[in-house]
Amino acid sequence: MQGRAPVFFTPQEAAFIDAATQRLIPADTLGGGANEAGITTFLDLQLAGAYGRAERWYMQGPWPSGSDQQGFQLKYTPAQIYRDAIKRVDAHCRQQHGKPFAQLDGARQDELLHALEQGKLDLGDIPAKTFFTMLWQNTQEGYLADPAYSGNRDFAGWKLIGFPGPRYNYVEDIEQFGKPYQAPFVSLVGRDPSAYLRGES
Amino acid sequence: MARRERPVDVVLVGFGWTAAIIAQELTEAGVQVLALERGEFRDTVPDFATDTIQDELRYAVRKQIFESPERETLTFRNSADQTALPMRHLGSFMPAAGVGGAGVHWNGQCWRFLPQDFEIRTHTEQRYGKKFIPEQMNLQDWGVTYDELEPHYDRFEYLCGVSGTAGNIGGVKQPGGNPFEGARKRGYPLPPLKRSASTMLFDKAAREVGFDPFPCPAANASKPYRNPLGVQMGQCTYCGYCEWFGCGNYSKASPQTTILPVLLKKDNFSYRTRCNVTRVNTDNTGKRATGVTYVDVDGNEIEQPAAMVVLCAFAQHNVHLLLLSRIGTPYDPATGRGVVGRNYAYQITSSVDVFQKEILNPFMGAGALGQGVDNFNGDNFDHGPLGFIGGGYIALWNTGGRPILQHHLPADAPTWGSGWKKAMHDNYLTATSIATHGSVMSYRSNYLDLDPTWRDDYGNPLLRLTFDFQPNEHAMSDYLTDQATKIAQAIPGATHHVKKRDGHYSIVPYQTTHNTGGAAMGTDPTTSVVNRYLQSWDVPNLFVMGASVFPQNAGYNPTGTVGALTFWAAEAMKRYLKNPGPLVTA
Repeated sequence: MQGRAPVFFTPQEAAFIDAATQRLIPADTLGGGANEAGITTFLDLQLAGAYGRAERWYMQGPWPSGSDQQGFQLKYTPAQIYRDAIKRVDAHCRQQHGKPFAQLDGARQDELLHALEQGKLDLGDIPAKTFFTMLWQNTQEGYLADPAYSGNRDFAGWKLIGFPGPRYNYVEDIEQFGKPYQAPFVSLVGRDPSAYLRGES
Repeated sequence: MARRERPVDVVLVGFGWTAAIIAQELTEAGVQVLALERGEFRDTVPDFATDTIQDELRYAVRKQIFESPERETLTFRNSADQTALPMRHLGSFMPAAGVGGAGVHWNGQCWRFLPQDFEIRTHTEQRYGKKFIPEQMNLQDWGVTYDELEPHYDRFEYLCGVSGTAGNIGGVKQPGGNPFEGARKRGYPLPPLKRSASTMLFDKAAREVGFDPFPCPAANASKPYRNPLGVQMGQCTYCGYCEWFGCGNYSKASPQTTILPVLLKKDNFSYRTRCNVTRVNTDNTGKRATGVTYVDVDGNEIEQPAAMVVLCAFAQHNVHLLLLSRIGTPYDPATGRGVVGRNYAYQITSSVDVFQKEILNPFMGAGALGQGVDNFNGDNFDHGPLGFIGGGYIALWNTGGRPILQHHLPADAPTWGSGWKKAMHDNYLTATSIATHGSVMSYRSNYLDLDPTWRDDYGNPLLRLTFDFQPNEHAMSDYLTDQATKIAQAIPGATHHVKKRDGHYSIVPYQTTHNTGGAAMGTDPTTSVVNRYLQSWDVPNLFVMGASVFPQNAGYNPTGTVGALTFWAAEAMKRYLKNPGPLVTA
């Protein structure tokens, strides 16, 4: 995250997210990764908002745990899950390796992400898998959602896959079987969303 | 003490598809109608404008177009020996809130059920014998026949401007249509939508394996259309934002694009939003509804007297209201007696993802742009050697190519990292998916009742859902998936990923919003909540609309049948209003 004070993340949390998301979606020959796409800012704004507060979720107790089929039963909002899980992962890294996650090398970071994905780290009340699934889901969202939400910078995600953005009319194009669709990438806020994003708080 | 509003002739609970149809029909008959909607008012402009609505994150991922479970949800368990837990956010199904209901965010997949579907017990016993029906299955005839509903299907299709190719007009098979459909009096109001590259692939492959593909019926207008109410719809532009979005182009049929421009101008119609109905009130005999009680936006409890009450909310909400209002006998799974909450059913879906070389541009699509086969729906095939009841269609729907939720990756693709990027890059434009959409029958162990622990914001017990897929449904779905795989295998140069529906039903992944039952219709008050005109057996001035009246679910999307049943019930309500009383003697 560059030159912008986070709304939700502390500097340590932002460093964790910068590092973790860049391992999940690295920069490579196919284009920019999570950092280039602005995903830390995307996540910061999401967690500071209605999603972070679980505003649309039923959050009344009691809170027994249930079967996988019964779904999410934690009393924590996404914002609380990130805050608590990052703290515990960094504590684990300091204990095992003497440094927080963000300062480990890439191979070590990948190992830790795999451990989270497989539920092999103890994050207290929060199952490691739950945190990993949420982080990976939200990272993909930041990469593939409309750039109006501050991620998918320079259409990084859409360029990777060939999605041209929300367009209104394919009446003629739909029957051009087998032909690539070639038109400039477009966002809900136009062809240069960065102009809109500069004022984002 | 609740404030009391001025009485109306008819009060509707909810203001989606069924309420809009009932309101239009009854106000034409001179009746004063009021609709109470728990959500907000919304209309094509400004709420669904294309520069606002084509927002996958906001509407499809954060689910802002659906009901919010925050204030009221349901609890769920697979079986009665578990403790049901709250569905804390939406997953398996997406009910609506707001004017237009789920009619705003549906795809427009607008089917008729098969004639045998309405007489499934009689038909099954005749063809396969009584012993063919599993003991725990509540297989029931509907009490209404396809022939009785045909004119009402026709009305709904012409209201919506459905695009399609007829397969059977007056008993004569039509080239290019669904050869298995029931006889219709006339063709669809509009020709089918344009075919996309992926639907053409499906069509060719399905023919090769000997099936009978056809363009699926679509309530997405293939041409400009003026419906019988004089409301104008625009030609679909294939923008790929139907499912889970409102239509900004007046192309997808919804209450907003087909009825409201006429209805909202009427002096004898009114509606109130942000009004959450919590009870249907009855008099001291318990046999006459006196109106409803609702909580308004300020939290005030208000009594709305009415001569007639029609429940037009989403399936589970209608059942919840009946249970809270103590109307009808609640179902008791221990004894099998009682009816309210009985016959809950759903659908069972699976898919076969297809990976091939041709560019398909999946983002050019429409909610009901699909090519399907009906060879394995209902009883269109011999079930004798297979040993299960029911079926479904197999279709390739090209609803759109939204990047977050509508991309397909091969089974062996890395789940993250550079390998994931490469798989996304290599497959997004060329992958597609074949869907199966199967029936679910009703069972003694699948039902709705009131939860003993969790409550909603109004202090009422949450609805409790007890549901699991049964062996009959798994056998059917596996068979259907095998047929879909044959089609996938016939696509040249393709590899595929078969996604069967295994194990217990889970409320987590999205499957379908085709929840049915709980207030079944029928001919016998000991096994149904409403009679064949959707009139309560217990309270004759109360009617129940929507898929909550399905005795079990068929292998099609339900909206076409919900629309037809609503027109059918509206005719009955007009007769009732002239001469109040039970329309059927039990």
